[in-house]
Amino acid sequence: MTQRPATQEQAYLTALESFEKNGYANDPSWAHDIRKAAMSRFQSLGFPTSRRGNEEWKYTDIGPIAKAKFRSLDSNAQPRVNAADVEGASLGEPGWSQLVFVNGGYSEELSSVSSLPAGVMVVNLVEAMRSTPDLVQAHLARHADYEANAFTALNTAFIHEGAFVHITDGIMLDEPIRLLFLSTSQEEAVSQSRVLIVAGKDSKAAIIEGYAGISDGRYFSNAVTEIVVGDGSTVEYYKVQQQSEKAFHITTTEVALGRDSNFSSINIDLGGKLTRNNLNVLTEGEGSSSVLNGLYLVNGTQHVDNQVIIDHAKPYTTSRELYKGILDGKSRSVFHGSIIVREGAVKVNANQVDKNLLLSDQAEADTKPAFWVYCDDVKCGHGAACGQMDETALFYMRSRGIDEKTARGLLTRAFISEVIESISNEPLRGQVDALVQTKLQEWLVS
Amino acid sequence: MLEVKDLHASVGGVEILKGLSLRVKAGEVHAIMGPNGSGKSTLANVLAGNPSYTATSGEVLFEGEDLLTMLPENRARAGLFLCFQHPTEIHGVRLDHFMRASFNSIQKSKGLQEMDVLKFDRFLNEKVGIVEMDRNLTKRSVNEGFSGGEKKRNEILQMAVLAPKLAILDEPDSGLDVDALRTVAEGINQLRSPENAIILVTHYQRILDYVVPDNVHVIINGRIVKSGDKKLALEIEAQGYDELEKSVESLQSSG
Ligand SMILES: Nc1ncnc2c1ncn2[C@@H]1O[C@H](COP(=O)(O)OP(=O)(O)OP(=O)(O)O)[C@@H](O)[C@H]1O
Ligand SMILES: [Mg+2]
Repeated sequence: MTQRPATQEQAYLTALESFEKNGYANDPSWAHDIRKAAMSRFQSLGFPTSRRGNEEWKYTDIGPIAKAKFRSLDSNAQPRVNAADVEGASLGEPGWSQLVFVNGGYSEELSSVSSLPAGVMVVNLVEAMRSTPDLVQAHLARHADYEANAFTALNTAFIHEGAFVHITDGIMLDEPIRLLFLSTSQEEAVSQSRVLIVAGKDSKAAIIEGYAGISDGRYFSNAVTEIVVGDGSTVEYYKVQQQSEKAFHITTTEVALGRDSNFSSINIDLGGKLTRNNLNVLTEGEGSSSVLNGLYLVNGTQHVDNQVIIDHAKPYTTSRELYKGILDGKSRSVFHGSIIVREGAVKVNANQVDKNLLLSDQAEADTKPAFWVYCDDVKCGHGAACGQMDETALFYMRSRGIDEKTARGLLTRAFISEVIESISNEPLRGQVDALVQTKLQEWLVS
Repeated sequence: MLEVKDLHASVGGVEILKGLSLRVKAGEVHAIMGPNGSGKSTLANVLAGNPSYTATSGEVLFEGEDLLTMLPENRARAGLFLCFQHPTEIHGVRLDHFMRASFNSIQKSKGLQEMDVLKFDRFLNEKVGIVEMDRNLTKRSVNEGFSGGEKKRNEILQMAVLAPKLAILDEPDSGLDVDALRTVAEGINQLRSPENAIILVTHYQRILDYVVPDNVHVIINGRIVKSGDKKLALEIEAQGYDELEKSVESLQSSG
């Protein structure tokens, strides 16, 4: 009798069962329950396919992820990563607090949490699940819906280590908090990175979430971040992705905005073979405003897919989305932006723009805006553009003595300047700019 | 300095220059006039190396070198400058950064010292004074949202910064008010020297009161049909191109 080969979905189940007996054994029972429910949901959902008439995954084939045998590593089986690798991948100032994770597992020795004001927690998630369960339980897995989304279900099924950032009401942080998720490829490892950020009322914080590969091999990073922006608070959220160009990178960011809160998300994708970012923002309170910006640079056969949903459930809420992409080689980008305005959500002002610069004839950018507006008294706008380098501008620059390569570099950099400039954190802005310029120079040389 | 011999050039597959010849020596100012669409900007663009324009036959020597085979950036480095009739807006590139990149690339090509931000800033301040331009404009994107007059001042500013050997000025005076015209003209005159030359394309006599030309040429239908001294500009101002155009037509029909 031949046995049917186990599916990759089943392999994840087997891994979880083993973790539950070992590393996860001492977690609170509610954590076991969440994992169990999420795994069961993942088993019935399975990995999404573009075939099932699934609009959401129409342009992005995650077949390679579903078929590959990525290894789920137990926390104590994580490969060693040295401080130099961390330094190379870190963004911001060295003095700023940073939690470091290797393949989703927390590394205490690589992390450094410097003098935080009282009332601010920046800790390993599993520690918080044990020490301050109420704070965690109030939000964990309550915003990112594992019923509907297979990748969220898969990530939630491994909720254990991760980052927990909790800011008490009224606290304004001066320095950004950094979370760095490193992936290694020697074992074709999977990283189930998990983040929960809770910013209390009238608080202020900036979070820099970095994703990077330690080597240039293949691995799978599946991240879920939940962000709760309290009434009257301001949260700047930066996500900078520098994965290996063979890596699969899926992220889901769920944001709940309180009354009169300000939220900005700046999503930078510089690496990855296949990247998919789901950003879902829900306005839970009146008067909140959000800026959702993004930047992606893809070349070769890289594929990047941004799905942004802003749900204006409450009146007087505003949103501004600006995504810009530079595509070279045979790369492909997808931007799928949905703006929902619920019944009664008057005076909503929402605007969405996606613009792409194609450096090659074979690159392709798809922009798909969608509006569901159930209220009259609103302002919604949309813009999209896809084009090549401005030859007139190129000649203007060359006629002033700037060589063609430099001119192309300047024009390409100029194309994305608004997104770079929207990074209000100065050291980070400089670093992102430098990373972008280095990448563009590499492309222009080859 | 510049020798254009029987130049033919086309744009979008249409022949615009039909055998144009011109000699410019160091120290000279040549004014070029001619009706709309006669090929003045085409000449300027072909000389500067705009890839949208194709020189189909003829020869151009700049300081003895074959200009037409040079890349546009190398023409600029060799000392040629084009002041555009319609300067392009470049979103996202700061004017002062752009000018420094431009200045330094030319310095570098000559093996001369490049300027750092501070030094260039001071240098630029001086030059901005010449064209009486608002210094804040240099912190904006190149030409973006500039008024017509500001764009022209900016072109002259860049000319002052780069100090070219040969400046080809394509209607630097169009759309300027009287004061702006005087400033722009003064900026142009500052470049005049026995070592430099200027080709000034214009529709109006008034700028030639300030920048007095040594030679005036009239282009009609892609050829220089008449050359003379500064008096020719006055004649054209008074009579227009009708007479000249008619004589060109009769010349062409008689073979
Ligand atoms: N891309 C193009 N395709 C076809 N014809 C073109 C193109 N660009 C310019 N032309 C034509 O070339 C001719 C010469 O244009 P040019 O700009 O040299 O004229 P000009 O003498 O500078 O005129 P003006 O005084 O109006 O500036 C015009 O008839 C113009 O329409
Ligand atoms: Mg013209």
